[in-house]
Order: sequence, then structure tokens, then C-alpha cells
Amino acid sequence: MSTLQVLTFLVYLISGATFILALKFLSSPRTARTGNLLGAGGMGLVIVWTLATTTGMLEHRWIIIIAGGVGAVVGVLGARRVPMTAMPQMVAIFNGAGGGGAAVVALSEFLSSVKVEGAGTLLPVIPMIATLLGAVIGGVSLTGSIVAFGKLQGLIPARPVSYPGQRIIAALLLGGLVVMGIVLVLVTNNVPLFLIFVAVALVTGVALVIPIGGADMPVVISLLNSYTGIAVAATGYVLGNYALLIAGTLVGASGAILTQLMCKAMNRSIFNVLFGAFGTGGGVTVAAAEGEQTAREISADDAAVLMAYGKKVIIVPGYGMAVAQAQQPVRELMDLLVARGVDVEFAIHPVAGRMPGHMNVLLAEANVPYDRLKEMDEINDDFANADVALVIGANDVTNPSARSDQSSPIYGMPILNVDKAQNVIVLKRSMASGFAGIPNPLYAEPQTAMLFGDAKKSVEALVSGVKTA
Amino acid sequence: MTEALDPRALLDALFILVLAAFVGYEVVSKVPTMLHTPLMSGANAIHGVIVVGAMLVAATADEPLRVILALVAVLLGTINVVGGFVVTDRMLEMFRKRPDASRDR
Repeated sequence: MSTLQVLTFLVYLISGATFILALKFLSSPRTARTGNLLGAGGMGLVIVWTLATTTGMLEHRWIIIIAGGVGAVVGVLGARRVPMTAMPQMVAIFNGAGGGGAAVVALSEFLSSVKVEGAGTLLPVIPMIATLLGAVIGGVSLTGSIVAFGKLQGLIPARPVSYPGQRIIAALLLGGLVVMGIVLVLVTNNVPLFLIFVAVALVTGVALVIPIGGADMPVVISLLNSYTGIAVAATGYVLGNYALLIAGTLVGASGAILTQLMCKAMNRSIFNVLFGAFGTGGGVTVAAAEGEQTAREISADDAAVLMAYGKKVIIVPGYGMAVAQAQQPVRELMDLLVARGVDVEFAIHPVAGRMPGHMNVLLAEANVPYDRLKEMDEINDDFANADVALVIGANDVTNPSARSDQSSPIYGMPILNVDKAQNVIVLKRSMASGFAGIPNPLYAEPQTAMLFGDAKKSVEALVSGVKTA
Repeated sequence: MTEALDPRALLDALFILVLAAFVGYEVVSKVPTMLHTPLMSGANAIHGVIVVGAMLVAATADEPLRVILALVAVLLGTINVVGGFVVTDRMLEMFRKRPDASRDR
């Protein structure tokens, strides 16, 4: 082993350690930012080292730097330009890029090994399995992430899209992948068959994510993130590269547990998320049938008075706030109420918005102090003492049928006990049901009043209402 | 694939794989909900290390097709790494700036 190889291993070791610390630090609010910078530092180190020291790099160095430069510009622009509300789909698309990268590297390795070994010769079993895993999981992650992006960006209907025989088709695709994989490993290293295998993997990614509703996209993105980690680890195994192996495995494992944590926050199993297709068929018809439930409307000024003369107001933000970019006026509303001596708190459901933590980020962006944001368990008992619960574009996370109605698809999901407040004011665009496509009996309750309209305009109306109250 | 053929190397890699999986599992098992998204995004950036693999393939590629494939992978990997870390930092920056000034206004 040359000195250079020894040093390369040490660089991999250092970067692997920084990745572990990065994940560790990202798990606590105080250290999270340092953690991210540490991870970026480790990544920078291993990239620069590889570029500077790899033999054979000389010939292609400039085109590699150009390709990397273009990627870096795209990445920075994407990450900086995108509004905070679109951040979930940004994570999805970056994840898809990584998955695609892993699949392409696996593809390239397969082609070169077949060429070296000669056509018809079987490649060694274990590296071959790893190559196939890298290609198939990377491929699924690529197209799955693109579909998730499309759904969140509104390019593809966010509703669960069901097609006839979807479970059978999914089973056939997965079965086909397994059979082709076995044939490729044990019978023939046929290049066209491998390409078909990759193509089927790409189709599978679409087929698996299309039926899932927009509300479940956070879990799906987290799962695909974990998949990309596994694909990168498999590719690292093929290349015998410890940096890829360690980083990929870390992300694969931590992504898996994170997915599990998110499912737990919704009180659902991952199987239910992937194949339960919430709101398909039955759910939609129920929503239509009960769509005409009666609700009381309230004017912005009346709502403002209720809050201005209350003692305690709990604001429940949801995706509607994010879409309408209403976080600034919401902060203003909070400031005005606080100035009048009203106790204002925010109740954050673990899956409010489309990503856990989505609301926290948006409200922090609008300078809402951290200590006013309360997690569900912390605040749920306080609703009973609240004069007003102001629900801004949140729906399913406030649906009391999750607590009481066993036939409801969201039965058992922990919800915010908004209905316990003395007055509930719901800001909503229309009576349409939420993402999950389930009617919300909260709106028919006597203490509930609806303020229809765009969340931002409604909150601005509340702000001027409070000013004159 | 040649480097990974030696049985000892395969076993070493297997050890790393299994131990790293346990570390990954343990290290994030207690995370407050509000950090789920930044953590996912940070982990997302870390698997962008695929760019290193892509560069190594690009360096050793001997035919135009492999060079092109490797460059595509370098491009995708860099988007993943750079975009991932930058967007995570942007999310976390918002948590950081919470001076008490805004509270009194």
C-alpha cells in the first residue's frame, strides 16, 4: 500500500467521522447548524482530495471540474432561489439527483466489468449483486423523487392517483425485478437485459409513488432518501470505496429510522402509507357526500374582536399558511395581540404542512420567537383554556374524527384538540376537504366559525381588525 | 470491480457496512419533530458523496460512453451535495435568528 493510499483511507476515515457527527449534531436544535457545516466540511475534504490525488484524474480533470461546477451552480441556485414553502420538493429533487448518480455509476461499472470479463462470462456474484442493488434502488429513488417533486409542485395531481390493478402491477414490477436480478447474477451478464432491468426499476419508482397522496409525501421522501443511501452504499461496495460505503450506510439506516419516526407521529405504519392509499375511492366519495355540511361564517372584524379581547389565543398553522405565504402577517397579528396583553401560542402538529418541522421553519423565518411554538403534546391540554383557536389552513390535523370515528381513514392519528377551545376560527379557502380527502366535522361544531378566503388576505384583514378593535 | 474481489476486502467492507448501519440507527433515534426536515435534508446531502465514486469512475474510464456516464453522475452528485447542504443551512439559519428583539415588538 502506497503512502498515498494510506492517506486516502485516512481522509475517508475523517470524512466518515464528520458525517456521523453531522447526523448527531443535526439531532439537536443548538448544534444543528454546526452539524451541517461539519458534514459539508467533511464532504469538501473528500471531494478535493479525490480530485487532487487520484491517478488517471489528469486526463479528465477539467471536464470533471466543469461537470461538478455546473452541478454546484445548479445546486446553489436551486437551494437559494426556491421559496421556503417549496423546500420539501427541493429535498426530493436533490435526493433524486443522488439516486440517479448512484444508478449511473452502477450502470457504468456493470458495462466496464462485462467488457473486462468478456461477453458470456459470469461476473463474481457478490459485486454483481451490489451493482444490481445500486442500479435498481438508485433508479427507483430517481423516478420516485421526481414524482414526489411533481406532486408537491402541483405538476402532477397531489391526490392519490389510483389506477386499476395498481397493487398487482406493483407486485409484477417488483417480481420482474427480482427474477431479472437472479437471471443476471446466476445465468447471464447480458447487457440488454441489464438495461431492461434498469428501465423497469425506473418505471417501478413511478408506479410506487403515483398512488400515494400529497399528504404522505414527507414520509415517501424520507424513505426515498434512505433508499438513495442504500444505493450509494451498494455502489461503494462495488467500487471498494469506504467513503461511499460509510456515508451511504449511515444515511440508509438513519433515513429508515427517521421514516419510522414520521410514521409514528401520524400513528400509521409504513406499509399503510405506501399501500394504504388514503383518500382513494371510498374517501373521496364520502367527502363529496358530506361536502354540504353546514358551517357558520364569520367576518374578519368579528373574528379580530374575539381575539383582541381574549386572554389566550392558540394559532394552529397548516399547509394553507405556507401556500399563501401568510407567515409574515401572522407574525404581525401575534405582535399586535401580544401588545394588547393576549397570550399567543402556536400549536405545531408533528405533520402540519408537508414536512415535519415545515411550520417551525416558516414561522422562524417570520421571526416568531421560538418559545411560542409548542409541540402537540405540550399544548393539547391548553386548548380547553383558550378563548380562541385560530386555524390557518390546517385541516386533517384538527379533524376530531381521528379521535372518535373508527371508520375514518385517519382514525387513531393524534390530532390537535382544537375543538376544545371556546371559539374556533378556521381560515380556509373553501369547504373542500383536506389533502387526505376526508370531511372535517369540526366545521359543523357550534363553536366553530369559518373565515373563507386566501389565508394571507384573511390574516391581513384580521390584523387591521385587531388594530381598530 | 477488481478492487472488491479479494475476499478479505469484501469481508472488511461487510464489517463497515453492518457497523455503520448500527451507528446510523442509533445516532438519530432521539430527534425532536421540528428537526425532522433539516435532518432529512442533511442526510440527503451526505449521500451526495456518490460524487466521489463518480469522479473515480470518470478518472479511470477508458471509453467515451463510460466517461459520459461518469460525468452525468458527477453532475447529479454535485447537485445533490451542494444543493443539499445549502438548503439545509438555509432551513437551520431560520432557527438560529431568533433574537429577543422580535418578541418585544
